[in-house]
Amino acid sequence: MVVKVFKNFFKRIFSNLFKNKREIKLGFYGPPNAGKTSLANRICKDFTGEEMGTVSKVPHETRKVQFKEKVEIAYKGKKMTFKMIDTPGIATKIDYEDFLKYKVSKKDAKERAKEATQGVIESIKWLDDMDMVVVVLDATENPYNQVNITIIGNLVARKIPVLIVANKVDLKKADIKKIEAAFPEYEVVGISAKFGDNLEEFYESIFRVSKKV
Amino acid sequence: MNKKRGSGKKIGDISQKTSSSANSSRLGQIKGFSIQFLPYSEIKDLDSDDRIKKILGILLGNNILILQGRITPNEEARLIGDTMAMIGHIANFRGIELAVISGNSRDSILGKMKKGIANALAGGDFSAITVMGPATIVKEIKRNPKKIELFLNR
Repeated sequence: MVVKVFKNFFKRIFSNLFKNKREIKLGFYGPPNAGKTSLANRICKDFTGEEMGTVSKVPHETRKVQFKEKVEIAYKGKKMTFKMIDTPGIATKIDYEDFLKYKVSKKDAKERAKEATQGVIESIKWLDDMDMVVVVLDATENPYNQVNITIIGNLVARKIPVLIVANKVDLKKADIKKIEAAFPEYEVVGISAKFGDNLEEFYESIFRVSKKV
Repeated sequence: MNKKRGSGKKIGDISQKTSSSANSSRLGQIKGFSIQFLPYSEIKDLDSDDRIKKILGILLGNNILILQGRITPNEEARLIGDTMAMIGHIANFRGIELAVISGNSRDSILGKMKKGIANALAGGDFSAITVMGPATIVKEIKRNPKKIELFLNR
């Protein structure tokens, strides 16, 4: 009996030590063109000097899950190591004709649509593997989009800590209050991934939410 | 279906005008679909696979589906995944539009508990309504906490 108590005590101490040193799998989820890759790039550039992926005005630019391992985020004397996972935007419909208005050829548009559908499937599959997720929303768009609600609902069902980022606050149409009203139970941080606005608050929130992992 | 991509038309306008043949030309090419209401009892006893199969079957038949209640977030994600797998394999299928309108998300903890117990006893969230439609017919579903607006392709 005494041996068992000691065993459990040491097990708990060692697992806690290990937990603090391990890499936290940090996913970036959201609808297409919300700025997931821009934000992931910004973080990677700040702490590793390298970017994660390409960004574009054409929706579904990220069509495969992208990783960056061992990204050590240091903020106000605290350090944490993350495996960053940038996922393709989740959508309920993909029409190749929508890409034609961005002067993409018909052949490329069809190929892009095909890859984008696979990307959505891949993003959904990866939900189970995340330790923590940043849901990136475009602050100029209606937050009551069902894709946002479905993503957050799935994270809650899996007990994965969530931080909501209202991106593109540099734009006039941005409305963080609307996002806060739509998701009153979550912490919402307004940022501009493009210009690096308010990233201090974002890093602070990341550290706060990561305590729930 | 060769539809013109227009600015969209509210479903409220459409339902008033579909009965009039004189007005049908004004509706462009919106024809050949129906609105189907599905009581939750129809899917209550099905497993997730069969629920999704049933819903997709209705949507692929060019129907707008109004479902009493809602499916689980996990089923919603699977529905999106299955939808994506079908694009490119089924002619003219470009995905779906989907929206759920449910009770007040600002309920107190006690209110949420009460709702949770009521849902568990009833076997589903009957206070919600789910609207879905194939993207070839439904251009957009705009929702805010209190209403859903359905815009159709013309």
